[in-house]
Amino acid sequence: MPPAASAHYRIERKTPASYAAAGAACVLVAVLAAIPGFAGRNVVEELIFVYYMLALAQCWNLLAGYAGLVSIGQQAFVGLGGYLLFALTIIAGLDPLVAILLCGLIAAAFALPTALVVFRLRGAYFAIGTWVVAEVYRLGFAQFKRLGGGTGTSLGPEITNQVFGIEWIKSLFDVRTPAARDIISYWVALALAAATLVLVYLILRSRRGLALGAIRDSEDAAESVGVDYFRVKLGIYVITAVATGMIGALIYLQNARISPDAAFSVLNWTAYVIFIVVIGGIGTIEGPIVGTLVFYLMQRYLASFGAWYLIVLGALAIAVMLFAPKGLWGYAAGRYGLALFPIRRRLLVKNQD
Amino acid sequence: MSLLEIHGLRKCFGSVVAADDIAFIVAAGEALGIIGPNGAGKTTLFNLIAGGLFPDAGTIRLDGHDITAARPHQRCRAGIARSYQIPRPFENFTVFENLLVAAVHGGRKSEADAAQLCGEILNRCRLLPRANALAGSLTLLERKRLEMARALATAPRLLLLDEIAGGLTESECAELVGTIKELRATGVTIVWIEHIVHALVAVVDRLIVLNFGRKIADGNPQAVMSSADVQQIYIGIEA
Ligand SMILES: Nc1ncnc2c1ncn2[C@@H]1O[C@H](COP(=O)(O)OP(=O)(O)OP(=O)(O)O)[C@@H](O)[C@H]1O
Ligand SMILES: [Mg+2]
Repeated sequence: MPPAASAHYRIERKTPASYAAAGAACVLVAVLAAIPGFAGRNVVEELIFVYYMLALAQCWNLLAGYAGLVSIGQQAFVGLGGYLLFALTIIAGLDPLVAILLCGLIAAAFALPTALVVFRLRGAYFAIGTWVVAEVYRLGFAQFKRLGGGTGTSLGPEITNQVFGIEWIKSLFDVRTPAARDIISYWVALALAAATLVLVYLILRSRRGLALGAIRDSEDAAESVGVDYFRVKLGIYVITAVATGMIGALIYLQNARISPDAAFSVLNWTAYVIFIVVIGGIGTIEGPIVGTLVFYLMQRYLASFGAWYLIVLGALAIAVMLFAPKGLWGYAAGRYGLALFPIRRRLLVKNQD
Repeated sequence: MSLLEIHGLRKCFGSVVAADDIAFIVAAGEALGIIGPNGAGKTTLFNLIAGGLFPDAGTIRLDGHDITAARPHQRCRAGIARSYQIPRPFENFTVFENLLVAAVHGGRKSEADAAQLCGEILNRCRLLPRANALAGSLTLLERKRLEMARALATAPRLLLLDEIAGGLTESECAELVGTIKELRATGVTIVWIEHIVHALVAVVDRLIVLNFGRKIADGNPQAVMSSADVQQIYIGIEA
């Protein structure tokens, strides 16, 4: 029987499984946050790497997988964040943690004019354009003599050892200064990874996320129903630049040494990240998590094989693209109907009596 | 009171003139039909009105405001909604989500308000049982209905329907005509392109005929269909 004209309609989004997943995620983050209390320094350092690669992968996935902006120039914002961190701490004398936050804001200020240039390009030209822009950034930062010019520079212990809260950590965990620095970086990395993931999820659930889904299927049709796709895409580009810039700042606080070639490396900050997203599953939130774990394991056990490592990495990427084009997560999710981060909206009808 | 005013509209694709000095006015609340042979420029006219194409010359006014240079999403928010001749659903969305994005972005509504509106439209367009099905899984009739429902979700004042009955069976077509008649009664202004003239004439109060990008007739449906120019084009096509 069709519903009466006076029927009430509302949206339902959560499923029992999603409540369970949210609860489990909170527990997981709490457990991860406690790891420095009982794990060794090398575990902490490896997890920092896992967290920032995960955060970078979430950003690139939002940009390419959801907004269709296939950038191969995100190293521009990693390097920008890194260099800004050095400038803000060495030259302006700020606390590194404050500097990381500022790096995000300044990255936004750089992203806007950059977008106005690269948004004029489409498809493959956009991808190449972003890369060219990253090269311009690299050449630009190589000119700053105070930041070491083309050879780069280091963060002195007077900066890295003065991070906010380090004395407190030293007494809490009863560790020396270098280990305490790692613990702070660890927490910041964990917070950035978790925040990026939550950010992506919230964006996808928002009205902007709805627009992204429509644009992905048909740009013309999306515009015809009122979606301002230029603005939506610009917003996503700037938001990912902010997150990527903060992650870059953290990476180079942890490294304590920066050079233009490393900071703006397309291999480290874009190619590996694309590998992670493609292997795990582009256009899903879960995919980059799976991809990061695969990448970490390969890096850990194969990196010593040198060139073979890269060959295996490339072969695996090609195999996944051929046999599971939606990535490992996409393949599993399709088979078993999994979704840890539901963004679907269901319409519920309630007939009035 | 005129809702849409078109003056001297012209659009060329290379040597093809798809719109040649077209002018007409649509009054608020009117239902206007547009017919013409294949390639006459009907869809091109809709693209020009909805903003998917920009004209080489001429002006388009909505409510007296010049919208000739406005982007498609701006025209949608100003009250123009369209359906596509070849349905373009958001295939990875459910039917309901297709409408929701239109109501939230085109209609500037909150999601809660939008849900109520979308539910009512789905009910009226007989799509409610399919609300939570993926749009990619719909039949042709359902896709046509979805085109119309999604356009309606933007709460338009001017609804452009491009061959919404094309490819449907006789009974499906009759059902769709019923739905469009109901819509008309709600006060929305309709411009409807259709090859199936008897379906069109059952709803519209005025008919425009296009041929080779030119408007060759405009007026009362019976008078237009019996005029010599139109008879010549339509000879043997429709009784
Ligand atoms: N984007 C385009 N690029 C080039 N030529 C086009 C384009 N769009 C339409 N045309 C040409 O313009 C003319 C009018 O096409 P249009 O699609 O408006 O016709 P129509 O009246 O809608 O036809 P139909 O009844 O087949 O839908 C045709 O000759 C078509 O080939
Ligand atoms: Mg057409």
